[in-house]
Amino acid sequence: MSIVQESIPVKIKVKKNKTAYYLILPGIGWLVLFFLVPFFTLLATSLQKPAGTTPDDGYLPALRFSNYSSALSEYYPQFFRSFVFSGIATVVCLLLAYPIAYYMATKATKYRNLMLVLIVAPFFASYLLRTNAWKTILSGDSFVVSILNSLNLLPDGRILNTPIAVIAGLVYTFLPFMILPLYASLEKIDIRLIEAAGDLYASPRQSFLNVVWPLSLPGVVSGTLLTFIPASGDYINAELLGSINDKMIGNVIQSQFIDLRNYPTASALSFTFMALILVLVYLYISRAGTDELV
Amino acid sequence: MIKYIKSLLLKLISIAVIVYLMIPIAVIIIFSFNKPKRFQNTSWNQFSFDAWTNICRDQTICRALGTSLKVGLFVTIVSTIFGVLISFAITRHKFKGKAATNLFVFLPLATPEVILGASLLALFLNVFIPLGFWTILIAQITFTISFVVVVMNARLAGMDPRLEQAAMDLYATPFQTFRYVTFPLALPGILAAALISFSLSIDDFIVTSFNRGGVVTFPIYIWSAAQKGIPPQVNVISSIMFLGSLLLVLLAGLISKNRKLKQV
Amino acid sequence: MTTNRPKVEDLHLVNLTKSFDDFKAVDNLTLTIPAGSFFALLGPSGCGKTTTLRMVAGLEEPTSGQIKLGSEDITSFPPYKRWVNTVFQSYALFPHLSIYENVAFGLRRQKSADIDKQVKAMLELVELTTLAQRKPQQLSGGQQQRVAVARALINEPDVLLLDEPLGALDLKLRRQMQLELKRIQIEVGITFVHVTHDQEEAMTMADTVAVMNEGRIEQMGAPLTIYEKPRTAFVANFLGQSNLFEGTVAGVEGDELAVKVKDTVIYVPLNSTEIRSGRIVLGVRPEKVKIVDQGKTGLPKNQIQGSIHNTAFVGVSTQYEVLSSWGQEISAFEQNVDPSDLGRPGQLVTLAWEPRHSFVLDPDEDLTAGLDTTWDE
Repeated sequence: MSIVQESIPVKIKVKKNKTAYYLILPGIGWLVLFFLVPFFTLLATSLQKPAGTTPDDGYLPALRFSNYSSALSEYYPQFFRSFVFSGIATVVCLLLAYPIAYYMATKATKYRNLMLVLIVAPFFASYLLRTNAWKTILSGDSFVVSILNSLNLLPDGRILNTPIAVIAGLVYTFLPFMILPLYASLEKIDIRLIEAAGDLYASPRQSFLNVVWPLSLPGVVSGTLLTFIPASGDYINAELLGSINDKMIGNVIQSQFIDLRNYPTASALSFTFMALILVLVYLYISRAGTDELV
Repeated sequence: MIKYIKSLLLKLISIAVIVYLMIPIAVIIIFSFNKPKRFQNTSWNQFSFDAWTNICRDQTICRALGTSLKVGLFVTIVSTIFGVLISFAITRHKFKGKAATNLFVFLPLATPEVILGASLLALFLNVFIPLGFWTILIAQITFTISFVVVVMNARLAGMDPRLEQAAMDLYATPFQTFRYVTFPLALPGILAAALISFSLSIDDFIVTSFNRGGVVTFPIYIWSAAQKGIPPQVNVISSIMFLGSLLLVLLAGLISKNRKLKQV
Repeated sequence: MTTNRPKVEDLHLVNLTKSFDDFKAVDNLTLTIPAGSFFALLGPSGCGKTTTLRMVAGLEEPTSGQIKLGSEDITSFPPYKRWVNTVFQSYALFPHLSIYENVAFGLRRQKSADIDKQVKAMLELVELTTLAQRKPQQLSGGQQQRVAVARALINEPDVLLLDEPLGALDLKLRRQMQLELKRIQIEVGITFVHVTHDQEEAMTMADTVAVMNEGRIEQMGAPLTIYEKPRTAFVANFLGQSNLFEGTVAGVEGDELAVKVKDTVIYVPLNSTEIRSGRIVLGVRPEKVKIVDQGKTGLPKNQIQGSIHNTAFVGVSTQYEVLSSWGQEISAFEQNVDPSDLGRPGQLVTLAWEPRHSFVLDPDEDLTAGLDTTWDE
């Protein structure tokens, strides 16, 4: 007679009453008020005009679209740099994260949990201090730099205050965000699939390209997004590890808003930045969705 | 042979990545024992316990830490409650607009922190809310809610709805079902979510820096100190937090491992 | 076990219907389950048996119709106000509570007296006393199953609902638990309503089996009756195997009806059908069919000539697929009393059985009903 599988789909008894709305009301209300509404005030602020000659005089409601054109013409290099730096950092993260995620998912059964803890561990230490520690590690008189210099590997004779330092810092900061989703998707892959591919005459390379990689794509997509988006808006690495020529858009927005109190320009930059991110993410997801995720 | 080399290579890369992740933390801990020559604690001078024995020598450090802990506590309580409620609605109820709710809750996670901070600042400026303690709370709650929801959803989705049905079948009223079954089962998830929102709050710099007014939290203190030199006491506090959290996680892991061993 | 409530009542389902959007899971079901009986709802996945059970438990709201315990209408009662308890599929034991607390759960909610005494007695009944302080995950499947039964039974419900209770157990343990559940049911005298898709399980345990298909009950009765005399093609095919023949009535011969099936005449007792002319469908179970070399005498009256198409040796019996002269595949099971020659494909044989072993079905039915049902849900 038949052997029954244990996993039988359960029809969840659906409670169709208003409880759900009461449950989401406080949280969603909060997010509407302090996440959604601010985008409109951001938009409004980005079109304001100065009321006087200094920030102390404040700003008046207006429709000053020239805020956008002047902000963009001045700061397009920082926009460009942000996306290039975070793009490179994302690719490097993927290259570093894939082997370790694969190793944890397939081989390191005994140390898997320990490795997971160690990967999450950096979050337990202050983000600013960790970035600052890289400053120590990469400073001119440090061990790392003198080795690299003795091998003549550094064109400028230094790492600190170069784009390399900023990108390395971004890689360091966001690497766990790449490893974790990759591991989660690789871990779900049935190891027998790889064996089956081998059994069906696929070489290790072919079974990776045709079996492992496609199945890990959801992890790749979410990992790259979780790395790219925050990295492009980050300004701490650029501030602490880069030179004046390595500033990213986050630095500009921060200083315009907080140091210069030039709110319309800062808002215009923020709004443009958000729009660019949305467009990039949309293009990425739709490409990944149609061409590769199938 | 080639297979062996490949597997060895994989292992070496993995170890290298972990070492890479650990290096700055090691530096933080090592430099907590340094006695810097002048203000900058960036090059090794002399081993000393000074910073460890006298953490609050500079009052501003401990005041900033106190502020951060206070903010963290408030933020954790509010965002955990809001997030857990949303998660219960999403995983345990069917309602119109559920998909939209799910997406909306996810959006703050996909927004760079600068934007979150900047847009909130724009709001506060336009409605003339004075910046300070409360605006920091508002800002941090806003971005931690989503994390709570994500963690709780994972926990609650793995909970068999039949358990609640079984409770009702065994004469538990809806309230008793929640009290004796749903809540105890969700509790580890709630604690994990609370812990995550607390650590996010206490380490947040970017969003806070936009909305803090004159309030100095621990990360803000570090940032402003970075220019003239971060005192080793900051390293001490960070080391304590790091080692404490690590211990907590390892302990939790050990307990659950013990439980599993008993099951065999 | 003593009870201070009135004696166990009959369970009545009256015109019970449950629709999910356009799909009718349960279709106008009317049924009385006598108090104290062991009743099995048997059917393939999606036949509505679990939905029926969940409506009785109060976990699903009927679209229309009534559920009554004795004379009391409980249709709109929430689950925690019904004297009905469920043994859930894969048990749904509370993972955060000990076995003791799992069993005590219902009593605690009702604020019973003597909880400790009752729980201990119940744990003894299911032989789990030594495991009382363990957590469910630390128990084997069979032990968990007994906890689930104990947890429900301790409340002394009028009706105990069992939703595929043995589905997660392996075959041997399942056989053992079938007998044990039967023993417990006789001991406590509570009505058991057992939902299963395993026909052997249903027939082993239940006094009454109702075969369900597409939200309706196809046939209901004692296991022996519905097996020996299925009334619909679905029952004939779902409950064991059947050979079905389409034919036309040739006439009455004594107390038998003669039916012409292609080039052969098959007989069936007159009292098994009202049909006296026109089209008719006959059936016979494979194990009633004898298979012998052609030309033998002294055989039962119903005979069909054919050739062996396929044989399968399954230990206790050998199963033959025989091709009749008109090309129909007919199954025959022979007990392996003295197996020596299993027959070769192509060998000419005669199939024979007694007229009283034939049963009659409605000719307008789909004869393949119940053949392609999926066994695993």
